[in-house]
Amino acid sequence: MPSPVMTVSHLGKRYGSTVAVKDVSFDIQPGEIFGLIGPNGAGKTTTMECVEGLRRPDRGQITVLGLDPQRDAAELRTRIGVQHQEAHLQKRIKVWEAVDLWASLYAEVADTDVLLSQLGLNAKRNAWFVNLSGGQKQRLFIALALIHGPEVLFLDELTTGLDPQARHAIWDLIRHIRDRGTTIFLTTHLMEEAERLCDRVGIIEHGELIEIGTPAALVAKHCPERSVIFTSDEPDVAERVQSVPAVTSVEHNGSTYTLRGEGEDFVTDVINAIAHQSIRIKGFRTETPTLEEVFLKLTGHGFRD
Amino acid sequence: MLRGFWKLTWVETKVFLREPLGVIGSLGIPVIIFIVLGRAQGSRTLGNEAMGEAPFNLPILAALFIALGAAVSLVAIISLYREGGFLKRLRATPLSPVTILGAHVFVKLVLTVVGLALLTLVGRRFLPGAMDVDLLSFTAALLLSTVSILSLGFVIASLVPTARFAQPIGTGLLYPMIAVSGLFFPLEQLPPAIRVVAYGLPTTHAVSLMQGVWDGAGWGAHWVSVVALILIFGVCTGLSTKVFRWE
Ligand SMILES: Nc1ncnc2c1ncn2[C@@H]1O[C@H](COP(=O)(O)OP(=O)(O)OP(=O)(O)O)[C@@H](O)[C@H]1O
Ligand SMILES: [Mg+2]
Repeated sequence: MPSPVMTVSHLGKRYGSTVAVKDVSFDIQPGEIFGLIGPNGAGKTTTMECVEGLRRPDRGQITVLGLDPQRDAAELRTRIGVQHQEAHLQKRIKVWEAVDLWASLYAEVADTDVLLSQLGLNAKRNAWFVNLSGGQKQRLFIALALIHGPEVLFLDELTTGLDPQARHAIWDLIRHIRDRGTTIFLTTHLMEEAERLCDRVGIIEHGELIEIGTPAALVAKHCPERSVIFTSDEPDVAERVQSVPAVTSVEHNGSTYTLRGEGEDFVTDVINAIAHQSIRIKGFRTETPTLEEVFLKLTGHGFRD
Repeated sequence: MLRGFWKLTWVETKVFLREPLGVIGSLGIPVIIFIVLGRAQGSRTLGNEAMGEAPFNLPILAALFIALGAAVSLVAIISLYREGGFLKRLRATPLSPVTILGAHVFVKLVLTVVGLALLTLVGRRFLPGAMDVDLLSFTAALLLSTVSILSLGFVIASLVPTARFAQPIGTGLLYPMIAVSGLFFPLEQLPPAIRVVAYGLPTTHAVSLMQGVWDGAGWGAHWVSVVALILIFGVCTGLSTKVFRWE
């Protein structure tokens, strides 16, 4: 196994009397897309900014690309790309001016024209920052973060407030960037984003990492229950499928039956039973819990501070 | 990082010029004050030889307005950039903090020189004799004064809570300094407590240095003002590095 791109161990950070990060440890492997998810105020941004070297942690060790973010800040800054939550530029800076300014800060830079057209910003080259739409601003920030071909890309809530088209376009872009070898550390509130984009996610609450793993593994571990929902007009259907070993409950509402159960063979067993009993069915679908259900189960419902 | 410095300076200049209010506040107002008051005072009394008759030295007032306008604009920009996360964003790049703030100071100094040049041109055209002074020496005196006042601006920029209040707080703290700068009446007439405060303010030493240059005295004769301006710059810069907030 290659050595991790970044290692965070027992990170702790407080602001005055507020404990923002209590105890967070994780590794990110080369070429991985790692996502941190958690309720508002859980400590995602703080964790990310400690890793970027923008904040000095109170406790713990961080290594990024073999560097200490505090001690080797200067070198680290040339090798990482950063997109902040809720950032702004000068109101009246033009898109090309921002790109040109950022390009002047690094020794080696990508072809900025290619970058702008990849991000669909070519038509907006001469537009002022204030006149860009939310999605265009986000794409500009991604362009600025990518200008020097960083080895690690940090993205703090990159698709918040974007429409579905823009979001999907940005997801494609992020996958593309990863395929070129960049490691990506992101935070998000969108479980769909975490599930589709991230190889692994960490769930953080009240400054503590409470779970970490692939989305599929987390779902299998915390929400193993599956449902099969079908409709049939035949009599005694409930009794006829009750005997399937994996089924734990059967509910029906008119001609719609909902079967719940656990285990990898649950759906197959139900299908076999239906076939075996020659039940005529009209509709059939399965429901698998998503990361969102895992998230709500682990972090509870209701508002946070 | 010199390339980054010049790029940032150039971008900041362009961005500033696109902000109509900023240009009017920083350059338009001092020039207008200069012409209107100059007409009112009567241009004859403004010349070198007639200084005694004028209630106060108008070009120095206008020059101070330029320097203070630059400082207020600096306070506003810094707090706006801080609130928008722009300072933090830049800090995540290889640019050093000194370079980032240095570019802003540089833009303001260039603006000050442009403002003074405007005053001179306007003065030559509308108020004959009003700008009869060793311009090189006067520019140098104004630049030193501006650097000192800008450093105070950084301290104020660290203290303002939000960008919304930056402009009023900057204006409310900086402009009143003119009242006790010795420009309108001698410092000896001030109550002792206020006089002590006045001597701690950059404007007071700026007025005394610029008045000295105006009267044709060499810099050597005003070394106290020069040292005081440098001292205030040192103290404010030192203080800023302690209290400056990047976010
Ligand atoms: N600069 C700061 N000064 C003081 N407290 C802060 C600061 N930044 C964050 N906090 C506090 O630290 C805690 C963690 O904040 P953080 O921004 O890391 O959360 P987050 O997980 O990114 O939240 P969100 O999803 O809302 O962005 C919160 O209670 C927040 O109020
Ligand atoms: Mg956050």
